Amino acid sequence: MAKLILSVDGQVLNEFPLDKERVTIGRKSDNDIPVDNLAVSGKHAVIITILNDSFMEDLGSTNGTLVNGASVKRHFLQDGDVVEIGKHKLKYVNETPSSTTAEEFEKTMVLRRPSDLAPQVSAVDRVASETQVGARSTVTSRTAVGSNVRAPNGGAAPAVAVAPSVGMVQVLNGQNAGKTLELTKSLTTLGKPGVQVAVITKRPNGYFITHVEGASFPVVNGASVGAQAAALRENDVIEIAGVKMEFFFKT
Amino acid sequence: MMRISQALEIASLTDPGRLRKRNEDYVAERSESGLVLLADGMGGYNAGDVASGMATDLVADGLDQDWQQARLDRMDQVQAQALAADLIRQHVARANSAVHQAAQHTPEYSGMGTTLVVGLFFDNLLTVGHVGDSRLYRLRGDALDQLTRDHSLLQEQIDQGVISKEEARLSHNKNLVTRALGVDPAVEAEVHSHVVVPGDVYLLCSDGLNDMVDDEEIRLTLLTLKSNVQLAAQHLVQAANDSGGRDNVSVVLVKVLNDFQVTRSWLVKLKLWLKR
Repeated sequence: MAKLILSVDGQVLNEFPLDKERVTIGRKSDNDIPVDNLAVSGKHAVIITILNDSFMEDLGSTNGTLVNGASVKRHFLQDGDVVEIGKHKLKYVNETPSSTTAEEFEKTMVLRRPSDLAPQVSAVDRVASETQVGARSTVTSRTAVGSNVRAPNGGAAPAVAVAPSVGMVQVLNGQNAGKTLELTKSLTTLGKPGVQVAVITKRPNGYFITHVEGASFPVVNGASVGAQAAALRENDVIEIAGVKMEFFFKT
Repeated sequence: MMRISQALEIASLTDPGRLRKRNEDYVAERSESGLVLLADGMGGYNAGDVASGMATDLVADGLDQDWQQARLDRMDQVQAQALAADLIRQHVARANSAVHQAAQHTPEYSGMGTTLVVGLFFDNLLTVGHVGDSRLYRLRGDALDQLTRDHSLLQEQIDQGVISKEEARLSHNKNLVTRALGVDPAVEAEVHSHVVVPGDVYLLCSDGLNDMVDDEEIRLTLLTLKSNVQLAAQHLVQAANDSGGRDNVSVVLVKVLNDFQVTRSWLVKLKLWLKR
């Protein structure tokens, strides 16, 4: 569950779990997070939590609310964000339980309201009534089915290889000889549609060439690559529809 | 009349992704009926694939059988469209009952369910039914449009203005669907029809694609590789895996090669006109 850590001048004062839909912040003692300071308005801000997402809304406070140094009216909180109210700081922490395995992340769950169990209510009526209710009742009237509803982000960040430098091709023959093309898009097609087309794909682990259409396959360094994708290396010479090109990395 | 299977070029691919051991997605095509389908299973004790597999077989086979018998040449387009929508609703409802009952009777299947998106191409139309957050996109010219609206908490929040489309990408609530097949005793598929134009490319996909690959990247891939839909399907799955592949990823691509209007005789046309 997400929480807010209240501190002033680097001293932690308290922690507040975001365990209900609306958690109010303000000078008055009836707030969920009371902050007794004259710079803080009576009802200063509210944190609205919808399952695993939390939003901060300033309630028209006199001195305003900062998130990560910027004045905001409304903000979708992300893990590590710092909300500032006067001299007080509230750090938003939304951690995923460490015991969760990658296998359990992001499993799709069904949300339903208790009334969904009554079969006589048609799905269409249900949706129509759901869209009329505001965000508050939408959430409070639902129950999550299943036990493993968890914050999807956090632990299992996929290992994405460091992006290689930008690849380029230079035309070696014909009327466009000398022209270069930067391969910045994820897909770049080369050739003549209807005759022979190949695509160069930019992927996390490098550049690859693949046959798209036409009777003959692309040729790399004098050899046909067939229908499969082939990795491109520095100074490879590609031949498509009679045009020769050299592949290289931009320096 | 041109046979529907000759008017469409279909390619499909399903992949477990990079983190999951099991693939709970199913894809199906019945090209003689112009039918394509995709289901993304969930829940139960590792029984999501039971739900998606059952739903796929029941809906694809049942709809295929009924549709083969439909005499489209004896009805007008409006009637054909109504019949398609009706049959989709019926077969989704039937599959829902079957999956729900299996879940009730077998403890390991308890709580299982599946999303489903099914498309039927006929008479220059596409009738699509869906439940949950599996999607249908269309590439027409340079533009990619999402033709289905997810039955998900996030989509409801976007509709209500609680969260913007940009913020939605950061949400932790992406995996919560509000409608699924097999979870409740009854479910209704949302059904719509669209006019089909030669050159269109249609994409059915599970959320393992659109959660990992943004719409612009999908558009670029379809636009660039539409001359080879099998390769386009491979590239979409590869792009999802290159971005982390956190979920099963499945795609069905349909390229419309020709017009496929139903041929109706003058006599039938006259009879239809007189009945009005």
